[in-house]
Amino acid sequence: MTVAERIENVVNVHGIDIEVRTYGTGSPLVLLAGEEQLEVDSPFVKELARDHKVIMPSPPGFGVSGRPDWLTSPDDLAYIMLDLMEILGLENVPVVGCSLGGWIAAEMATKNDSSFSRLALIGAYGVKVGGPFDVDIQDLWIQHPSKVTAMKWRDVEKSKRDYASMADEQLSVIARNTESFARFCWEPYMHNPKLKHRLHRIATPTLVIWGENDGVASTAYGKAYAGLIEGAEFTTIPEAGHYPQIEQPDAVLKPLRAFLA
Amino acid sequence: MYAWHFTEMPYPNLPPLDTLPTMRVSIPSKLFDPKIGADLYNRYLDEHMLADELGLNMLLNEHHQTATCINACAPLTAAILARQTSKGRICILGNPIANRQDPIRIAEEMAMIDCISRGRLDVGFVRGVPYEVFAANSNPTQTVERLWEGIDLVSKAWTHTEGPFNFEGQFTHKRAINLWPRPYQTPHPAIWITGSSDLGNIKRAAARGFVFATFLQPHEKVKWMFDGYRSAYNDTGLPGGGGTAYMPLVYTADSDAEAEAGARELCWYLDAKSEPQYRNPPGYVPVEFNVQALKGTFTGRTDAMRKQSIEFLKDQGVLIYGKPDDVAKQIKRLYDLVGGFDHLLMMQQAGHLSTERTKRSISLFAKEVYPQVQDLARTRPLNARVAAE
Repeated sequence: MTVAERIENVVNVHGIDIEVRTYGTGSPLVLLAGEEQLEVDSPFVKELARDHKVIMPSPPGFGVSGRPDWLTSPDDLAYIMLDLMEILGLENVPVVGCSLGGWIAAEMATKNDSSFSRLALIGAYGVKVGGPFDVDIQDLWIQHPSKVTAMKWRDVEKSKRDYASMADEQLSVIARNTESFARFCWEPYMHNPKLKHRLHRIATPTLVIWGENDGVASTAYGKAYAGLIEGAEFTTIPEAGHYPQIEQPDAVLKPLRAFLA
Repeated sequence: MYAWHFTEMPYPNLPPLDTLPTMRVSIPSKLFDPKIGADLYNRYLDEHMLADELGLNMLLNEHHQTATCINACAPLTAAILARQTSKGRICILGNPIANRQDPIRIAEEMAMIDCISRGRLDVGFVRGVPYEVFAANSNPTQTVERLWEGIDLVSKAWTHTEGPFNFEGQFTHKRAINLWPRPYQTPHPAIWITGSSDLGNIKRAAARGFVFATFLQPHEKVKWMFDGYRSAYNDTGLPGGGGTAYMPLVYTADSDAEAEAGARELCWYLDAKSEPQYRNPPGYVPVEFNVQALKGTFTGRTDAMRKQSIEFLKDQGVLIYGKPDDVAKQIKRLYDLVGGFDHLLMMQQAGHLSTERTKRSISLFAKEVYPQVQDLARTRPLNARVAAE
C-alpha cells in the first residue's frame, strides 16, 4: 500500500490565514477534524486518501490557523469554512466532520449545502435535545481529567500521547486547540440553540456515525441528532468511544465508503 | 504604610481532608452547617470590627462554591462594615468583574457603600482565580479582556454625571446608563487590581494610577512586579494615590512557641485542596504556560508555596510570625527586599485559628507592631508629576 503524502498549505480566507492539509489525489473530499485534530496523519485519513484527495482545513483557532476576536462560535467558523470551499473551487464534494468538526459541518450544511454531495457526521456535537436539567453532552471541563479520558475512549490505552517527545511547536498546537475549543464551545455548552431549528434545511444525503461506547454523548443523543435531519441514516460502531474513526478506523470506513460510493 | 486585616472567612469544619477530593467547586453543600456558618460570619465580622477599633483597615474578598471562603458576596460584608464601623478604610479585593454579568450593578453597589461609609471605600477589581470560571460560567479564555472592559465601563459610570450614556462593548451592552447614587469620593474611589506574573497588566494598572496588589509570592518576584509597577506609575489623582500592596500570612503572639503554633494554623490556607481541572481551566493562562503544563513543569499558578516548611515561607516573606518586635523586623526586611510598598495586607486568620487567638494577634499587631512600621515611607513612583513636586 502506498502511503498518501501530506501537503501543507495556507489559504487566506478574507483576511484569516487557514491551514489546509491535503492527502492523496482522487476525487476531493473535505474532512473537518475533531477539536483535538487526532485525525492528522491517522490511519483513518490515510485510508480515506486511497480513494480521495482528502482536504483537511484547520478551522480558525485550530492548528496554526488565525483566530480573530470577532469569531465566537462554531456558527461563525462554519461561514469561514464555506468561504474556504468557495475559494478552493470545491463543488459537489462529500464533507465529513468529526466531533466539533461534525458540528461545524452541520452548521455549514444548514447555511448552504449546494456544494455538498454527501454529509457524514461522526460523534458530532451541536444540538441540545433534552431539557434544561438534562445533560446531553457530558461536561468535559469540570470533571477530573482521568474521568474525561474514560468518557472519551473505549480503550484508554489509545488515548495516550507522548508529550515528552514532542517539539514545542507541536505542543503549542495542542495547547491552542484546547484553548480554542473552550473559546468557541464554553457557552452555550457544546451546542447552538438555533441549530436544531435549522437542520431541516439540509437536503444533502446524510450519514451519522456514533461510537457505541461514547461516554461524552450517548448513542441515544446521536440518534436524536440524526432524527432532526430529514432522511439521515444512523449507524453505530462497536468497541469505540467518542472518536470511533481513531479507535476503529476500518469499522468506520466500511459504512462511510458505502455511503460515499 | 497602611495595614489591613484580612481573612478569607473559611469554613474549616470539614471531614478529614484526605477523605475529600476537593475543597472547591464541587464540594457538596450538605457539608455546610448553616448554624456553624452563622457563628462564623458573625465572628469574622466581629474580628474586622476589632481591627477597625484598633486603627487597622479592613480587607474583604469573595470566592464561590468553596469551603476556603464563605464570603460569597463581598459587597454584603462591606456594606455591613460600612455601617458598623466608622474609622478604618474598607477594601473589596476584589469585585470579580470578569465573572459578573453586569458591571453597572457593581458600580451601583460600590457607590452605595462609598456613600454609607462616607468615603471609606477602596474598590478592587479582579480577573478571578482559575476555579471561579466554573461557578460563574465565564469563558476562561477571555477573563483579562472582560476585566478591563468592565473597569472602563464602571469608571465612566461613576464619573459621567450629565445624564445617560449607552455602551456597546465586546462583552456588555447597556442602554441609558445613569448611576444613582454616584460615589462619595471624587472623582471616584481608589481602584485596586491584582496580579501575579503578567507585567503588561501591572504596568497598565500603574499607568492608570491604580493600586497594585499581589499575594503570597516569593520576595524576589514581588520586587520584580513592584519595580515594574513603579517604572510605569502615573498619578491620575485618585484618592489614596496608587501604590503597591502585598499580602503575607501574619501572626503576632506573646511567645515564640505560640507564634509558631499560630503560623502553622495559618498554613491551612496554603494547603487547600483542589482538583487539577479547577487549577488550570482551558485558556486561562497563555499557550506558552500550557506548553509547560503538557511537559509537566507547570501545574497552575498557586502551587509555588504549597507544601513548604514554615522556615522557607518566613524567609520568602510569605509567612510573618513572632513576637511583636520580631514581626516588625520581618516587615521592615520585606519592605527593603521589595523596594518598599504602601499597603500591608495581612491574612491574620485562616483555617481553624480560633477567634481568641485571632483577636490577640490583631491586638498585638495594632498596638505594638503597627507603630513601628506605620511611618515607613510611601514608595516613590517614578513619574513626571511626582518628580516635579
